[in-house]
Amino acid sequence: MDMAVEAGIIKQHLIDPEICIRCNTCEATCPVNAITHDDNNYVVRADVCNGCMACISPCPTGSIDNWRTMPLVRAYSIEEQLTWESLPAELSPEELEAAGVSAEAAGDAAADVPAQTQAQAAVDSVEPVFNSAQYGATVPPWSAAHAYTNLFPPKSPTTATVVGNFNCTEAGFDSETHHIVLDFGVVPFPVLEGQSIGIVPPGVDAIGKRHHARQYSVASPRNGERPGYNNVSLTVKRVTEDHQGQPVRGLCSNYVCDLKVGDTVQVVGPFGSSFLMPNHPRSHIVMICTGTGSAPMRAMTEWRRRLRKSGKFEGGKLMLFFGARTQQELPYFGPLQSLPKDFIDINLAFSRTPGQPKRYVQDLMRERAADLAALLKDGASHFYVCGLKSMEEGVVLALRDVAKEAGLDWDTVGAALKREGRLHLETY
Amino acid sequence: MSTINYSEKIPNNVNLGEDRTLQRALEGWQPNFINWWDDVGPEGSTNHEVYLRTAVSVDPQGWAQFGHVKMRDYRWGIFLNPGDANREIHFGDHKGEKAWQDVPGEHRANLRRIIVTQGDTEPASVEQQRHLGLTAPSMYDLRNLFQINVEEGRHLWAMVYLLHKHFGRDGREEAEALLQRTSGDVDNPRILGAFNEKTPDWLAFFMFTYFTDRDGKFQLAALAESAFDPLARTTKFMLTEEAHHMFVGESGVSRVLARTAQVMNELKTDDAQKVRAAGAIDLGTIQRYLNFHYSVTIDLFGADQSSNAAIFYSSGLKGRYEEGKRTDDHVLKGQTYKVLEVKDGQLVEKDVPMLNALNEVLRDDFIKDSVAGVGRWNKVLEKAGIPTRLTVPHKAFNRQIGALAGIKMSPEGRVVNEVEWAAKKNEWLPSAEDFAFVASLMGRVVEPGKFAGWISPPVMGINRQPVDFEYVRFG
Ligand SMILES: Cc1cc2nc3c(=O)[nH]c(=O)nc-3n(C[C@H](O)[C@H](O)[C@H](O)COP(=O)(O)OP(=O)(O)OC[C@H]3O[C@@H](n4cnc5c(N)ncnc54)[C@H](O)[C@@H]3O)c2cc1C
Ligand code: SF4
Ligand code: SF4
Repeated sequence: MDMAVEAGIIKQHLIDPEICIRCNTCEATCPVNAITHDDNNYVVRADVCNGCMACISPCPTGSIDNWRTMPLVRAYSIEEQLTWESLPAELSPEELEAAGVSAEAAGDAAADVPAQTQAQAAVDSVEPVFNSAQYGATVPPWSAAHAYTNLFPPKSPTTATVVGNFNCTEAGFDSETHHIVLDFGVVPFPVLEGQSIGIVPPGVDAIGKRHHARQYSVASPRNGERPGYNNVSLTVKRVTEDHQGQPVRGLCSNYVCDLKVGDTVQVVGPFGSSFLMPNHPRSHIVMICTGTGSAPMRAMTEWRRRLRKSGKFEGGKLMLFFGARTQQELPYFGPLQSLPKDFIDINLAFSRTPGQPKRYVQDLMRERAADLAALLKDGASHFYVCGLKSMEEGVVLALRDVAKEAGLDWDTVGAALKREGRLHLETY
Repeated sequence: MSTINYSEKIPNNVNLGEDRTLQRALEGWQPNFINWWDDVGPEGSTNHEVYLRTAVSVDPQGWAQFGHVKMRDYRWGIFLNPGDANREIHFGDHKGEKAWQDVPGEHRANLRRIIVTQGDTEPASVEQQRHLGLTAPSMYDLRNLFQINVEEGRHLWAMVYLLHKHFGRDGREEAEALLQRTSGDVDNPRILGAFNEKTPDWLAFFMFTYFTDRDGKFQLAALAESAFDPLARTTKFMLTEEAHHMFVGESGVSRVLARTAQVMNELKTDDAQKVRAAGAIDLGTIQRYLNFHYSVTIDLFGADQSSNAAIFYSSGLKGRYEEGKRTDDHVLKGQTYKVLEVKDGQLVEKDVPMLNALNEVLRDDFIKDSVAGVGRWNKVLEKAGIPTRLTVPHKAFNRQIGALAGIKMSPEGRVVNEVEWAAKKNEWLPSAEDFAFVASLMGRVVEPGKFAGWISPPVMGINRQPVDFEYVRFG
């Protein structure tokens, strides 16, 4: 979980120059312009790539799907990558240690380090490896509503007005998270729970190019933060330190958190056509998130709550696994507590409560194995994972183990979840 | 908007259902397309279930969905990339104006010609590859061939849609004619020369998909800049599919080289006859195939000086490769470009107006891209410790179009006389004997995970499936 970020480790996205055919598909696909090329190589900018995986399946060769655990300070620059003839090997534990990353932290950070080494070996042996992303569905649940996407592409943003902005974590902490409400007036901007939008921060970067848009998940349900109004809400965490804990001001998140009511912002999107909620009355939703990954979960929960209030929803369970460092940092802690127990089954994990053992969402999932197994057996269950990239592998592995212990064949279950649009991963 | 409606007879993301006349016209064309597929599509494949990639939407999440499908049930359809209502024309005389959603009257004939020419290449390559399924070196390769075939079919649909939607009766007639011409037919051949050549064997197929589909990439990329927005959006989406075709070519030749190098190392020989006797393809033959496909493909870019190219550019119909990334004025008046000609038995460069040389500009972009890939092939040899390197022949070698047409020239770019050409031709271009030898290797290997002796297995499977995955289920 956030351990990865603190230890200063990233999973750096790299392209294998030996397999890549320089077809430009990935560069044309990447929503945030993280990919660039020269006459020699195609490369990924470590500071721009957010691991959204949009480039993975369109790549015809598989060369795009390479990840290396790297100390942030030693992340390969694009200049370096442009000269490569083959991919560098994974850093050894000793090299990671030398870069100030303890073995424990590295292990904590990326449960998949061994899997990555295997992935390299797989090029020769073609052994299947555990790759959590492969279980993520690319299709929406069958009963999802139809999503509009890209109404405002990056080249032609629209304008929204800030109509609300408040801290939804406990006051007095640096790592505050804001709840922001944006109004679109009469501009059509239809969104569904699970979609995201992009905010373009004002100004230009060091080389005079307009800043790229940062993506934020919509935290409000389809009929608006305030029902009947053309508005959406976001859950934005102020980035005040980089992945190593060094102080740094995240450009867009601070801009957004500092907005005043009445300010206008440039918005692109909406994005996403598969991380969408099921609408049929018997569908169950299992939500697994950390930090601001709670935004889409809030949207889905709130939509179900409104439906229930209007008497329009029959059954369908809601189960939430939510992790944060401390209770104070958990967005929407107060409102969550007031939801009825028979409406939603809430499980909170805190990794930094003084005097208590660290608990991560996957630990809670294992504790609730019996209930999760029952849901895994039910074709009406849908699983959503959102939050920091480093949680994904652990969560999917936990699901796999729960399935196995319940005597289910994970290959069958995992494949069905993917095919039927019932397991969705969105990590960043 | 970007989701494709598969419940319709012709899947599409262009609201076809709202235009009854157009829908009926395309539904009239569809049975002829299926007949064409049955008659000259992949031979003997009707009952196979092939692990194909199909698009359910044109965004990254949806356009690469994999599953076993019978090719005849593949849902050929009409998919356009999402549009940008504010898109502006960004080159030529109309620079800065709003992109066209309809065809302006004065550009109608030229646009139709461009679309027909592009459309004509798509069914042609299916026809050229018709028999290859019978000699596939592996199930993996067979699947890749079939994937290419269905996508070429879909690219045909893309062009037919534009013709039907935007060009009225003559558009419909041109769409009919696309199914009536046949590759290599003496009476009614395909429009462009390279698409009437045979693709006799898998080495030729890999060279074709490497070089000729890369021509496709550059042509499509130039059309994706077009002021005519529907054409730009269609070709943008086609480009994503085209990438797989080039991959098949590039990795195919790499794998042939890897196998040849392995045999050379095992036998400790560079003797072509010994390599051949061991069932691998000698490097000389590979070089000759390369010379042939490269030279035939660069002809596809057209004459080195062309007033049509100038008109296409200035009127905004067809841009340059990566037009948006270039930093000049995007109008190109008064600029020059160097092209080759032969003067007194010598090759010389001369400056011509840039606008008239745009075919040459695109050809040079293509050459740069191809040469880089040949460099990657050489890495395979380098890694295996083989000193030989493949090279691309001179731009003027074996050309049939433009100022260099018919000039006899060695691959290094030396003008030669008829006598020398006749004597060396078989060193430079594949001979009947080369073709016969390569043909002799073409057996059929289709058990999962097995490969013919002249080619190495790929480094990884399709869609992260294992190499011995059942890519084709034979019915
Ligand atoms: C699909 C998707 C949905 C997202 N949804 C949300 C959301 O709902 N709420 C939300 O707050 N964010 C969300 N994000 C992340 C968000 O887009 C930005 O990455 C984040 O706000 C940081 O941007 P910035 O401009 O402030 O920092 P930048 O100026 O881009 O980065 C500054 C420094 O901070 C580091 N950094 C970046 N992100 C983080 C982080 N999360 N934690 C610690 N260090 C970081 C960078 O490596 C860099 O060193 C989402 C991302 C994606 C891809
Ligand atoms: S993972 Fe997403 S952000 Fe990163 S390069 Fe790929 S498409 Fe771009
Ligand atoms: S899509 Fe894949 S093969 Fe194409 S340029 Fe990108 S990494 Fe290379």
